Amino acid sequence: MKLTKLLTSAAMALGLAAGAAMADTTKVGFVYVGPVGDGGWTYEHDQGRKAVEAEFGDQVETVYVENVAEGPDAERVMTQMALEGADLIFTTSFGYMDPTINVAKKFPNVKFEHATGYKRADNVSTYSARFYEGRAVQGTIAGHMTESNVVGYIGSYPIPEVVRGINSAYLHAKKVNPDVQFKIVWAFTWFDPAKEADAAKVLIEQGADVILQHTDSTAPQAAAQAAGNVITFGQASDMAEYGPKPRVSSIIDDWAPYYIARTKAVIDGNWESVDTWDGIGAGMVGIGEISDAVPADVKEAALAIKASIADGSYHPFTGPVKKQDGSDWLAEGETADDGTLAGMNFYVEGLEGDIPQ
Amino acid sequence: MDLSAINPVLLIASLMVAATPLLLAAIGELVVEKSGVLNLGVEGMMITGAIAGFAVAVESGSPLLGFVAAAIAGAALSVLFAILTQFAQANQVASGLSLTLFGLGLSALLGQSYVGVKPPQMGDIHIPVLSDLPVVGPILFGHDIILYFGIVLTAAVWWVLKYSRIGLVLRAVGENHDAAHALGYKVLKIRLMAIMFGGACAGLGGAYISLIRVPQWTEGMTAGIGWIALALVVFASWKPWRALLGAYLFGGVTVVQLNLQAAGVAIPVEYLAMSPYLITIIVLVILSADKSSAPASLGRNFHASR
Repeated sequence: MKLTKLLTSAAMALGLAAGAAMADTTKVGFVYVGPVGDGGWTYEHDQGRKAVEAEFGDQVETVYVENVAEGPDAERVMTQMALEGADLIFTTSFGYMDPTINVAKKFPNVKFEHATGYKRADNVSTYSARFYEGRAVQGTIAGHMTESNVVGYIGSYPIPEVVRGINSAYLHAKKVNPDVQFKIVWAFTWFDPAKEADAAKVLIEQGADVILQHTDSTAPQAAAQAAGNVITFGQASDMAEYGPKPRVSSIIDDWAPYYIARTKAVIDGNWESVDTWDGIGAGMVGIGEISDAVPADVKEAALAIKASIADGSYHPFTGPVKKQDGSDWLAEGETADDGTLAGMNFYVEGLEGDIPQ
Repeated sequence: MDLSAINPVLLIASLMVAATPLLLAAIGELVVEKSGVLNLGVEGMMITGAIAGFAVAVESGSPLLGFVAAAIAGAALSVLFAILTQFAQANQVASGLSLTLFGLGLSALLGQSYVGVKPPQMGDIHIPVLSDLPVVGPILFGHDIILYFGIVLTAAVWWVLKYSRIGLVLRAVGENHDAAHALGYKVLKIRLMAIMFGGACAGLGGAYISLIRVPQWTEGMTAGIGWIALALVVFASWKPWRALLGAYLFGGVTVVQLNLQAAGVAIPVEYLAMSPYLITIIVLVILSADKSSAPASLGRNFHASR
C-alpha cells in the first residue's frame, strides 16, 4: 500500500517535471504510410523530420509513427498524437485526407498539414509537390532511351496525383518519340516490394525496356537490374545505389525547407492554413543526377526542359492536347489550370486502357 | 487488348517464383499446427529470416549460406515463442502476435545498414539439354535450387506425416496431448521441435523474398505474406499437397492479374483482387465432403500435471 502510494506520487512528480520541461518545446508529429527505411517516399519525409530537428535543436521534439494504414487506423494514430500534446502534425499520404480533417475538428488548437490532399480547414493546411514537372523530364529521357518503344509504368492507386504523372511522362516521351507506347499496371499499394518486383518483371516480359514507377520501394530497380537491358528512374528518393544503370535519373522530393518553415511558423505563432504546391522552381522537386548511361544529347534535352520549367517559361501541360476519347482539352499554346490538374481523372490522347474506377 | 503479349511459359515460371515463399512458410506452419500449436508469428519469423539471410549472404558472398542462416534465425526466434507458450504456459495467440511485432522491429533494426545493398546472385540451375527444351525447360528445369527444395519439402512433410512413426506421434500430440502424454510421449519436446521446424521454414520463405524474388532488403518487405501463409494452412485443411496447390493458386492470381493489366485486358482489378477469396470459397465447398478438420488440441496449452 505504502509502496504503491510512493510510486504513484513519484510518477506524478516526474510527470509534472516532464510537463514543465515540455512547455516551451514545440512537439511536431509525423504520420508515415510506409517504413522510414523504404528508400523512397517515407524515407524522404523522415529526412525532412530530421532536418527540422537539426534546425531547431532543443526547441522542438519530433515524434513519428510509421506503417500507418490509410483508414481508421490513421485516425487513431493522429488522435493519439494530438492527445500526447503535439502542436503540429504532418500527415504524409493522400489517403489520410479524411482522417486528418476528422481529427482536426476535434483538436482546433493543433495544427495539421496534409500532404497531397485537397481538403482544408482553419487548422489544416495542404501541401504537395508538382511531381508532374519532374515526370516531364523523366518522360523525355524515357522517350529517347527506349528501343522497344514500350515503356512500362507501375501505378499505385488511380488518384489524380498518379494519373497526372502518367499523362505528363507520356506527353513528353511522345514528343521526342512518336512511336512510344505505355503499358500501365496498377499495383494498388504504395509499398509492397514483392508485388512491385513482380509488376516490373511482368512489364519487362511484355517488352518494356524502360520502367517508370509511382510506388515507393526500390524493388523495380532490382528487377530491372536482374533483367539487364532495362532502365529505371528513382522515385521520391534518389536511389543512387542503383546507378549508373538501371537507375539513370530520379525525381527527388525535398520536404525539408517546407517542414522547417512550417515548424518555425508554429514556434513564432503566425501559422496559417495555406495551400502549397511547389515544383522544380522552388526546389521541392529535385532531379537526381542523370547518369552516364544516358547519351550526352539526351541529357542536354532533359536538362533544357528542367531549366525551362524551373524559370517558368514552359508548362508541362501546354496545348494542343486532347483527351483520350479525342475531345479537346488544351488549345494551341494554352496551359492547364491548377484546378483541372488537381482533379485530373482522364488519360490524354494516345494512352491505352482505362483508369480503374 | 493484346493477349499475345502474355507468354504463358514465362507466366507459369514466374508464378512458381511468386508462390515459393508462401509455400515454404505454409508448410512449416502446417507442421506446427499438426502438433497442436498455433503460431501466429509467421510474418515476424519470415521478416527476420529475410534480413538474417540477406545479411549473411552479403557478408559471406554465398546465397546458400544466407538461406542456412535464415533458417537458423527463424528457428531461433520461434524458440522464444516456444519458451513462452510451452514452458511459461502463455496464451498462444497473444504470443504469436507479439512475435510478429518483435520480428518486424528486430529486422528493421538489424537491416539499417543493408538498405540499398545488392545481394550476391543465386544462379538458376542450368541442366544441359533439359533446361533448353521449349516450354518444359523454363517451367521445370530453369529455376533456383530453393524453389525445388520447397517442392521436395512438401513431399517429405507429406510422407513423414502420413507414413513415418515420428509423423504419427506428432499427429497424436496434436489431436490429444493428454493421451499422447499418457502413452509416454514427450509432448513438450515434440512441440518444441515442430515449432522450430516451422520457424526454420518461415525463415527460408523470408530469405527467398529478400534474396531471390525481389532481391534486396527493405523494411517490412514481406508485406503480409506470412498472414496469407496462415490462411493457406486452413485453406489446405492441414494437407501438404493442398498447401502446394493453394500457394500456386494464390501466387498465380497475383502474377496473372498483373500480366492481364499490362496486356490491357479491361477486367476491373477489383474482381482479380477478390479472386483468391472466391477460389478459396469454391475449393472449400468442393472439399466439404472431406471431413478432415483442425487438429483437436490446436491452440490449447499442455501441462503434465493436469
